[in-house]
Formats: sequence, structure tokens, C-alpha cells
Amino acid sequence: MSAEDQRRRRRSKNIALAVVLAGLAALFYLITLVKLGVPAP
Amino acid sequence: MRSRAGMFEPSVAGVSDVRDYWLLLKPNVMSLVVVSAAAGLFLAPGYVHPVLALTALLCIAVAAGAAAAINNGYDADIDRIMPRTRRRPTATGRISPEEAMAFGVTLAAMSVMVMGLALNWLAAALLALTVAFYVFVYTVWLKRRTPQNIVIGGAAGALPPVVGWAAVTGELGLAPLVLFLIIFTWTPPHFWALALYRAQDYAAAGVPMLPVVAGAESTRRHILVYTAILAPLALAPVALGFAGPLYGAVALALGAGFLVLAARLWRDRSQHTAMRTFRFSIIYLFGLFGALVLDKAMSIGGAPW
Repeated sequence: MSAEDQRRRRRSKNIALAVVLAGLAALFYLITLVKLGVPAP
Repeated sequence: MRSRAGMFEPSVAGVSDVRDYWLLLKPNVMSLVVVSAAAGLFLAPGYVHPVLALTALLCIAVAAGAAAAINNGYDADIDRIMPRTRRRPTATGRISPEEAMAFGVTLAAMSVMVMGLALNWLAAALLALTVAFYVFVYTVWLKRRTPQNIVIGGAAGALPPVVGWAAVTGELGLAPLVLFLIIFTWTPPHFWALALYRAQDYAAAGVPMLPVVAGAESTRRHILVYTAILAPLALAPVALGFAGPLYGAVALALGAGFLVLAARLWRDRSQHTAMRTFRFSIIYLFGLFGALVLDKAMSIGGAPW
């Protein structure tokens, strides 16, 4: 496997991790709103 | 848990991609878990906010994936031997067993914590029990020791509807117990049909599945007996009043189909029928729990929220 290919795979994993973390933050935000009884936006 | 790293070929670390991590979670199994958990969630009396209902389903799906990742890590040595499993990321070495197990433990801990904080701690405890049972009782203890591995281990796969129910109600009840029993009874004929087809692979890997230990004839008889118990048991939700005629008709039709296939398998002894029985068993469970959800939704004119 070429260095370029490895770099591309690492980059795609980093993006996936960022998406998961952003999704988790959004989920925690929504759960907090529901728990506090605030109408969701 | 003992390390099995020494049994593997030189590391090919760095070649894994996102798809490998996704495959580690056994997405096909995860989809069955989500459907059965959704049934428990839908049938449960009471209201739960849609965000929390989706959170519960997400936690159950992720926990199932976590258990699968740990299982993949632990079983990488035998997965490399069997053609069905030798392309798994841990079997090819694209992800190391240790990394798979660390990934699984992290996901399991996260899903249990979120379930406890967002829904309730009974559901979280049941979710933790599901993962622990699959990992320690099935994967580590039973799988390589006894042909009853998938019978007892099947309890882990039968728990998701109970977790779904507990997420809404915060308690247990008769209905989730019945759903548990349906999946528990479904699991042996499902896996034994596959094991009949893959008996040589299991024998080569040293996994004592029923066809390897007791022979094909005994396995076909076991499949027929379990299916004969399952078909009427699947009608219990109607008899107990928590499912309606739509579910009853689907359960009757699918149960008859499963029984016909099991009887044909018992009689004609063909590998082809074993594979057909295995594939039908998947349709059976999807159909049964899908009908349960649909039946409930129709009876109340929409989702319970």
C-alpha cells in the first residue's frame, strides 16, 4: 500500500470520527432539551 | 481475557478503513437487534419522547455492535480458518484483535452510560447484562466448549426487546418475557441450519456445533423440535392480548412456512434445504417483529408517542 493510500485512509477515518463526535454532541444537546422540558428547536 | 495476538500473522496496521470498523459491528445482526428492540419499545405502555426513543434504539444497536466487535477480536483465530468469516477485518489482520476489543469495550461503556442517563438505569443494566452475557458466557465460556453454546448464548440475542420495554416503562413485564422466549426459541434452529451447511468449517475450526458433535441427523431433529415449539409460541402475543389479528395472521403464515422447511430438511437431508431454512429463519424474525410493530401502530393509529 502506498503512503498516499495510507494518508487517504487515515483522513477518511478522521472525518468519520469527527462526524460521530458532532452527532454525539447534537444528540446530547437534544437529550438535554427533552430532559429539561424545553421544546426542541 | 487472554491475549491472542501471538496467533496472528505480521500486523498490517494502517490499512484499515472506515468500512472495516463498520463491518466489525456485524451490521446484519445489528439490524435484527434493532427491529426486535423496536418491538419492545413500541409495545410498552406509556409515553416516551421520540428523541429518547431513538436514543434508546441507538444505544441498543451500538451495544450489539460493541458485543460483536469484542467477539470478532476474541475469535479472530478461528475466524481465519472458516471461509464464511475469514474476510472479517480481525481475521485478515486489518484491525488487530486488541484494537477490536478496545473499540467494543468503549462503545459498550458509552451506550450503557447514555442509556442510563437518558432513559433509566434498569434499561442500562439490562443492556450491560446483554453485552456481558454475549461476551463472557457465549464467546469466552460456551462457544468453544459445548454444542449448547448457541442455546444458552441465545439469551443475549433475546434480550433487546426486554431492554426496549424497560427503556419506556422502567420495569419488566409479561409481554417482554414472551418476546424474549420467542427469540430464545428461534435462535437454535436458526444457527443449527447454518451449522448444517457449514459443518466442515466448524469442525476444522474446532467449534463444537451440534452437527459436528451429534451429527446431521440429530441436528435436523433438533431443528424440527425447536421449530414445532416456536410456531405456536409465536402466537402467544395474540393469546395474551398484546398483539392483534394482523400479527396473528403473519405469525401463523411464517410459522407454517418455517415448519414446512424444517420438516423438509428433516426428510430430504439436503444442504440446499439447510441454507434455505437458515435464510427463511431471518425473514421469519424480521417479519414477526415487523408485524408486531405494524400491528401496534395500526391499533393506536400511529406511533406510541
